[in-house]
Amino acid sequence: MNYNERLSGNEAIAFAMKQIDPDVMAAFPITPSTEIPQYFAQYVANGEVNTEFVPVESEHSSMSACIGAEAAGARAVTATSSAGLALMYEMMYVAASSRLPITLACVNRALTGPININNDHSDSMGIRDAGWIQLYAENNQEAYDNFLQAMPIGEDPAVRLPVMVCQDGFITSHALENIVLLDDASVKAFVGEYQPEHYLLKAANPLAVGAYDLSCHYMEHKVQQAEAMKAAKARILEVAARFEALTGRKYGLFEAYRMEDAEVALVLIGSSAGTAKVAVDQLREQGVKAGLIKIRVFRPFPAQELAQALKNVKALAIMDKAESFSANGGPLFSEVRGALYDLEPRPRTVGYVYGLGGRDITPAHFHDVFARLQAIAAGGELGPVYTHLGQRG
Amino acid sequence: MKDNGLIEFRWHGRGGQGAKTACLLLADAAFSSGKFVQGFPEYGPERMGAPITAYNRISDARCSIHCNIDEPDYVVVVDETLLDTVEVTRGLAPQGAVIVNTAKSPAEIRPKLSGWGGKVCTIDARRISEETLGRNFPNTPMLSAAVKVSGVLEEGKFKQDMEESFHHKFAAKPQVVAGNMAALVQAWEEVQEG
Repeated sequence: MNYNERLSGNEAIAFAMKQIDPDVMAAFPITPSTEIPQYFAQYVANGEVNTEFVPVESEHSSMSACIGAEAAGARAVTATSSAGLALMYEMMYVAASSRLPITLACVNRALTGPININNDHSDSMGIRDAGWIQLYAENNQEAYDNFLQAMPIGEDPAVRLPVMVCQDGFITSHALENIVLLDDASVKAFVGEYQPEHYLLKAANPLAVGAYDLSCHYMEHKVQQAEAMKAAKARILEVAARFEALTGRKYGLFEAYRMEDAEVALVLIGSSAGTAKVAVDQLREQGVKAGLIKIRVFRPFPAQELAQALKNVKALAIMDKAESFSANGGPLFSEVRGALYDLEPRPRTVGYVYGLGGRDITPAHFHDVFARLQAIAAGGELGPVYTHLGQRG
Repeated sequence: MKDNGLIEFRWHGRGGQGAKTACLLLADAAFSSGKFVQGFPEYGPERMGAPITAYNRISDARCSIHCNIDEPDYVVVVDETLLDTVEVTRGLAPQGAVIVNTAKSPAEIRPKLSGWGGKVCTIDARRISEETLGRNFPNTPMLSAAVKVSGVLEEGKFKQDMEESFHHKFAAKPQVVAGNMAALVQAWEEVQEG
């Protein structure tokens, strides 16, 4: 049922899409996500899937096509990166507020400018408030596993929200690594059929989509949408439990790595967490109580769960691979720090912005961060809470 | 030896020469031998002829690290003109080796390696490729030299896996399988160590 392969992150996503065999894929190429529709188009051309492939002329159109397809009762997927995601911006809100559980493979890339094709999280972080569930992956395996879990989460009647499955551009999307795959029948059984209650083409119970919403109803609809995002948290954990039963691979809202008795810790997202684990292991060998938390689910944000997991930490670094120009730290920093406010006592926290535009981050960088955290934990000065890591000068 | 038998490779080539392909081929071959692998290029502006770097990690357990390789065990140089502009031995482990595609001998190449005191290996991948494939495709001979010098894979299994891989890769043009296998075997025999 499980079998070993070697695939890049993009190959893994395209293969997951093939196994799911969605009704519609609409996509426009953009580096580094281009390979996903490219590989998928081969599956379509070879007759290996029954999907209607829509080669649109822009990302605004690819998201619009997904919205139309999903509203008609079909299951729709797309893939994009960076400026492509930015061009979808308006339609991302339409998809979420119309409660259309589209699945988007986001291959994270810096958002222009200066123009850059390499990885950071500025694209998906910039669109974090559009109402999409966001799952992030450390490697090709997690990208594949998250994609298989996306539809059972988003299509649940209590949720009905679109899901963005993110992985790091080039770092995992173009890296060939070992992966454990499920056979097609197990994937189809796990993901199931999309059976919406209402859709445009259901003559017996017609539905209007995209209607104007007056002030007398708009806020009620927004509260329903917010409630759906709250309900998604429990659904994400249920789907993860079902996935673990099938594969043996365990997922939660985040991964707590060597956090049992950790006094100094990091919170971060994506492939860098894998690199940071090397530093954590080295510090543990030296007797330092170091750990890290890798965020898997950024929307809905696991605030209470993080507070619980971090309550005994003395000094914490929250690390953003996106610059939000708030002059006060990145988005992850703001949200994690806010989540800790009601703790008594609270961990002392600093924020770092790192890895912009593909700037490499190594275990040595994480050792520098942990050295600072150890000094803070020992009663030292907190120092500036909003700094950048890995830049010259 | 690093943890879990980890061996790290850094490839230097020029855009269009196939260094990335050779890197992915090595990952493929190591996967077939039951190893855990990473094969990834360092992406930049994609210009034909511009210097490019690619990396491999090969080990007995999954690697969680996802940064570039600054301290490789082996360095493979697919284009010897890079020796004039790139410090290819930067960070190279003293007990490791640098493998250069050149018609020259290791003794002739060593002065171009900024004081590198470790093992220097050379392989004339261009000539081997032209003799066996009729064109300059240095990937297969370079891969063969890298595997032999590093000892990362067992010879018999490696050659058998590569033959299967070539049959799969060149399913549409099976006539090039024999040429690629000849290139592989010839490079294995000809690589010079100094």
